[in-house]
Amino acid sequence: MSYKDPQILPSDITPQAVYEKRRQLIQAAAAGSFGLALAPWFSREALAANPQSLAATPNPLYAGKDDLTPLKDVKGYNNFYEFGTDKRDPAENAGSLQTRPWTITIDGLVKKPMTFDIDALLKLAPMEQRVYRLRCVEGWSMVIPWDGYPLSSLLNKVEPLGSAKYVEFVSLADRKQMPGVNSPILDWPYREGLRLDEAMNPLTLLTFGLYGEVLPKQNGAPVRVVVPWKYGFKSAKSIVKIRFTEEMPVTSWYKYAPNEYGFYSNVNPNVDHPRWSQASERRIGDPKGIFAPKIKTQMFNGYSDQVASMYAGMDLKKFY
Amino acid sequence: MKLVIFLLALLPLDRLIYLGFTDGLSANPIEFITRSTGTWALVLLCMTLAMTPLRLMTGSSQPIKCRRMLGLFCFFYACLHFMIWLWLDQNFDVVAMLKDVVKRPFITMGFLSLVLLMPLALTSTHWAQRKLGRRWALLHKLIYVIAITVILHYWWHKAGKNDLQTVWIYTGVVLILLSCRIPMIRNQLTKLKPR
Repeated sequence: MSYKDPQILPSDITPQAVYEKRRQLIQAAAAGSFGLALAPWFSREALAANPQSLAATPNPLYAGKDDLTPLKDVKGYNNFYEFGTDKRDPAENAGSLQTRPWTITIDGLVKKPMTFDIDALLKLAPMEQRVYRLRCVEGWSMVIPWDGYPLSSLLNKVEPLGSAKYVEFVSLADRKQMPGVNSPILDWPYREGLRLDEAMNPLTLLTFGLYGEVLPKQNGAPVRVVVPWKYGFKSAKSIVKIRFTEEMPVTSWYKYAPNEYGFYSNVNPNVDHPRWSQASERRIGDPKGIFAPKIKTQMFNGYSDQVASMYAGMDLKKFY
Repeated sequence: MKLVIFLLALLPLDRLIYLGFTDGLSANPIEFITRSTGTWALVLLCMTLAMTPLRLMTGSSQPIKCRRMLGLFCFFYACLHFMIWLWLDQNFDVVAMLKDVVKRPFITMGFLSLVLLMPLALTSTHWAQRKLGRRWALLHKLIYVIAITVILHYWWHKAGKNDLQTVWIYTGVVLILLSCRIPMIRNQLTKLKPR
């Protein structure tokens, strides 16, 4: 017969992995890096040991030949200012995000404004897995297998009117769940936007998971978009609202610094950011090791074949 | 005393080496190392600047004896910071590097700070001090200019992402330390000295 100590809650039990590494932990403590070594344990909610899996069929068109970025880097190195400005903050703080119940309201210039429940969204179209390159405006990149379906599958349901030219995405901004929203870094809620043809492009993915598991909270759970030919900040996370408009939406980063973060923000090695060159990028988790040289950034992040025609005749230096 | 400071000032480097061997340098190790060495150069600059106010307040000459080593360590971390950038960001392409220096104000300020630190490091010996005489003190007043260019470097680097919390703290510290040089405040500090 097994004995259960009523004083010990399941949540009090030291995870086995931590227990097994206790000697290393003590050594680490002796070396003065206790806080850093234990950080993943303290943030165990965000890095839950048993993530929910999400069934998705790999799409061979987007299998890609790039080495995948390790899952721990995808989950541990994030820009998600609603949870803090440090890259490690989202993994540490996103545990408080409630991803159920969740709805997306779609309105604006559409024939049928609708509100979708997250569970309905999950079943709306067949879930595919696509490996996309993600290029951050800061000059680093990852390669991530996302799980989702083209955004167009959802947008077509509400029947956009002919006058609709743009799509605006609004992310959740709840002070109670998102500590970062208390600081006036940006004009919350986070707003992003795409031109209608960009939003309808088959590459634009409405995303619910990565690496075959439900989106980790720090990666924009429960639902986000992924726009692989644009800098990462264009891919709005934790979306609660989609609006069709005639005017170009004023996006959050554009509002803050229009000379640095244009509406288009297509990945373009020939148009520098005012504070750094965009000609090359550092691949996170590069298998060549820490001192691997940077790699060349590709036009439209390597997706020219699928997207370049949308910008034919446009001066991309002007419409950055 | 000096040996203790020497060993303590090496700790940030020890830490980076330790983290390097234990996979602790985050997902973006180069950025981590660049930022860490930059931050420690700034911390050591602040410590160097704190020695004179400390002397005024305590009347002890001990802080001044440590000042040179702290200043040299500031230069040491600034050099590491610069070399990592030159190597891993610019791939030792000096022309591209100089283009960046001219084009981007935050890099201009960082580079200027390093260039200005060089004569101070080179003239940090007793011999140079004797040779230069009164001009030595004048030359080393450059550290006040450097404190400002360093803060601008840091500020402009972070400004684009509106992530200025830490920058504000360092700016505050630097401003306090610089204000200790204003004669009126300097006199007040001297009055704190135990008699």
